[in-house]
Amino acid sequence: MAAIRETLNLKEKQGLPLTVETPSHYRNPIGKYVVKRNSNCISCGLCAELCPYGVHPRYENFSQPLRPLDYRCIGFKCTGNDFYCVKNCPRQALSMGLNPLLKSLGDYRWPGEMIIGHWYMAETGNLPFVDLECSLGYTGGGFDKIRFRVPDSRDRIEISDEEIDTSINLNKRRDSAPERSISLPCYGGGMSFGSTALSVMTGRARAASRLNTLTCTGEGGYPEKLKPYSNHVITQVATGLFGVREETILMAPVVEFKYAQGAKPGLGGHLLGDKVTPEVAKIRETVVGNALFSPFPFHSVYSVEDHKKHLDWIKEVNPNALVSVKVSTPTDADMVAVGSYYAGAHIIHFDGCYGGTGAAPDIAKKNIAMPIEYAIPKVHRFLIDEGLRDKVCLIVSGGIRNAMDVAKAIALGADGVVIGTAELVALECIRCGNCESGRGCARGIATTDPELSCMLPEEWVEQRIVNMYMAWRKQWCELLRQYGMKSIKELVGRSDLLVHLDYLDQEERKSYQPAVKQKMVL
Amino acid sequence: MPKKYNIPTKTANPRFPPVGKYATVEFREDCAGSCHDCVKKKCVYNIFTDNACHWNTMKEPEYLYICKSCLRCVQECTKGIFSMSVNPEYLTLGDEYWTPEIINTTWAQSHTGKIPVSGAGYRGPFAGEGFDSIWTDMSEIVRPTRDGIHGREYINTSVELSRRPMRLEFNDDMSLAVDLPPIFEIPVPVLFQKPEFGVLSENVLLSMVRAAGAIGTLMFLKPESYSPAISEYSNSLVPCLTGDNYRKHEDKVKKSRMVELEYQPGIEGEFSGLRSMNPGVVITVGMSLDGSAAGRALALADSGVDTIHFYGSVDGREVGAEKQRYLKEMIREVHLKLVENRIRDKINLVFSGGIAMAEHMAKALICGADAVSIDVPLLVALECRLCYQCKVKAPCPVKLEEVEPGWGMQRTVNLMSAWRNQLIEVMGAFGIREARRVRGEIGRSLWFEDLERENFGPIFGTRKVAGAG
Repeated sequence: MAAIRETLNLKEKQGLPLTVETPSHYRNPIGKYVVKRNSNCISCGLCAELCPYGVHPRYENFSQPLRPLDYRCIGFKCTGNDFYCVKNCPRQALSMGLNPLLKSLGDYRWPGEMIIGHWYMAETGNLPFVDLECSLGYTGGGFDKIRFRVPDSRDRIEISDEEIDTSINLNKRRDSAPERSISLPCYGGGMSFGSTALSVMTGRARAASRLNTLTCTGEGGYPEKLKPYSNHVITQVATGLFGVREETILMAPVVEFKYAQGAKPGLGGHLLGDKVTPEVAKIRETVVGNALFSPFPFHSVYSVEDHKKHLDWIKEVNPNALVSVKVSTPTDADMVAVGSYYAGAHIIHFDGCYGGTGAAPDIAKKNIAMPIEYAIPKVHRFLIDEGLRDKVCLIVSGGIRNAMDVAKAIALGADGVVIGTAELVALECIRCGNCESGRGCARGIATTDPELSCMLPEEWVEQRIVNMYMAWRKQWCELLRQYGMKSIKELVGRSDLLVHLDYLDQEERKSYQPAVKQKMVL
Repeated sequence: MPKKYNIPTKTANPRFPPVGKYATVEFREDCAGSCHDCVKKKCVYNIFTDNACHWNTMKEPEYLYICKSCLRCVQECTKGIFSMSVNPEYLTLGDEYWTPEIINTTWAQSHTGKIPVSGAGYRGPFAGEGFDSIWTDMSEIVRPTRDGIHGREYINTSVELSRRPMRLEFNDDMSLAVDLPPIFEIPVPVLFQKPEFGVLSENVLLSMVRAAGAIGTLMFLKPESYSPAISEYSNSLVPCLTGDNYRKHEDKVKKSRMVELEYQPGIEGEFSGLRSMNPGVVITVGMSLDGSAAGRALALADSGVDTIHFYGSVDGREVGAEKQRYLKEMIREVHLKLVENRIRDKINLVFSGGIAMAEHMAKALICGADAVSIDVPLLVALECRLCYQCKVKAPCPVKLEEVEPGWGMQRTVNLMSAWRNQLIEVMGAFGIREARRVRGEIGRSLWFEDLERENFGPIFGTRKVAGAG
């Protein structure tokens, strides 16, 4: 592993992070199609020879038939191919069909295909060759109804991905704090130690380091294992002040003040007692087994002036840190943004209501605060009107699921986005939503259970996240090429490139991919 | 300091295995049998080991109520013989409005008394019709209490049902020149009413009535549903009478704190008769939530009525119209009519029909209701599957007629505790600590049409598709 790491480091110094095949750690990966082999099989090996996608594994010196790796199957579009295994099998031992499991996988926001597609990206670093819809969900509104305008073919430029700039600047204030640029228009959202496994946190930090972006500690202290990657780790100061120490603020390139979060806007955080293990309690300086509440809101902030005092406090402790203010999306989001700017924020981070990874009351997730799709243009326009748009970095999050959502958010007016759920999906999160109770996540992601939290090695976490972002980057590069852009910064606020299906005439709507209307079982 | 209101909860296990969302599918003929590493033994939630029926002898799909669908069993089975599907029976629960999800979460709340909590963000559609096209606002800095919504400071969810004078008048000697009606309030903005269908045995009704008593609210009930056992809880009952029959039910009027009279032209003429039987009684008039409800309400507002109770359809819509408007629009219409005529503060408005979840209660208040009245959720709390078999006199699959009233009461109390706590969550985000102040606070809500027009309008122009769906 060390040798591979050295090779990777060497190669990455010359360009973008390298993608490495990082397969599922489950025995039976889930795909869109299932391929079954029955007892008629004589293990002739023809299917293995024919299939270019590796659905039928076969090893030297082992002639027994193996279970097909059906998640690699391209499905019905293969039926016309000469190499279609089902048609070619001399014993008719193979069959192929849609995986019925898809009906019980996913939801309106993350349909099964989007989840599987992201697993594929995290495994390979490429876009899936299976026909999986990774960019659109079934919500019937917001990003799922917004499309990029059909580009003019004359605008297209032919440049390589390496020549396209996907970096963004986080400090636009031009104050005494240092310039800071990250190579992707997104960074990782705050997920605290206690809510996620340590290996997940560390793996995310390692990935952020390789991708030259950032990740965030969340409100749960700063584990020792993150320190080697401190230049890529945002530390969060939230209302409970868990684990906030001078030394961690000194280490951080960005300090995030969390006023509110999209998962539960207007409500405080809550870590159930089961998750407060001795390690978590130690780092948060609390008592083992006791549930931890972060009150809402900051009890010392009533005004922009109070807010400024907090930001000044951070700047006094660490003049080299950028200060981010994380808020949710109330009806006066635009005023909050301007207030935060005048309080001294470098980054204003709006977290819309449909996002969040942590456990939250369902009533809050669905109903409180506005979806981020509305907040972005609202804030963007107001900042322009106030003459502040070029002086502050507008970061958004909350229900931004995939590369195209990121691009749409930027075109609506954001500088960049924060990603939480998609990173967890890259780690094979299945979105069962049972992150909070008992032992926590059964898949070893959002848990501190001694057994479950050891399921995911941090190297695996790191590479899966790198792979996913590199696949996303390919999508952004292709989009930018279509519009003749060389930098993602050119896309900021280009809402003229977007259309919304519900605002088009029926005839015009036919030029765009229709919104899927499918009833899901929740 | 007055005693803090709290609804005590206690686990009330289901009598029948609830219909779960998932079903396992197993191809046993392919089972290795001897792998000694069966995924069933390793289930993190112990759903197989806790129930012997799920073990080895599985012959047909098993429907799993508590399965969380983590799919580890599917992905880790050594032979890949395990799969999972949506339980077909789950899909048959309820109907278009009372969805399986609403029924399932209502069961869970009645079972545990806990509010539904989950991770990984919101999972549903972007917006919908009716209440689903409203979001509630939050504030970054305004807070209702200093120590959290469940802290020592009190978030008050009580609402009044008694009328109020619009102004005070004084005599020359500064004594009051107006009669102040007694103040009557309930600690939660929810009342109960007898459902229009269902197995409504005495035990079922007793469960509901006792729960109303336990949480301090009231239940609307027609006199023909009274029995000796139910009559013992008259303090928690609102007899639903008419102008013609209330004199025959003087005993009920005398024992009740609130009485409902069915609307008919000139019904206000009967109020004095009713008050002569029970001077302190709170009078509510029940009327259908149709197109002329707002006009009728305005005409009644100054007549000495305390509360008007509007009956919407079971799916939360206007009654009797060809194009039925949603409850939210109807509440707005009635509320605004009274506001425009400067008489809204005098009386109270209760709306019923289609209130299915705690969020509907909160949003109804925002639209202008003082309280809501619920019926179907009371049945679902007792494990009703809304299969509607009772409508054709077929046997109830969960034998509702055999419900033990103590158990039924606890299930209903649990549900109301969960609803109240959810209302507190919304109020906490609002920064409001009085449910009475939520009434008509439309400025603290975000409506789909407004958000689209204000934020997408400048970018995309005019919306060409009606509705949010």
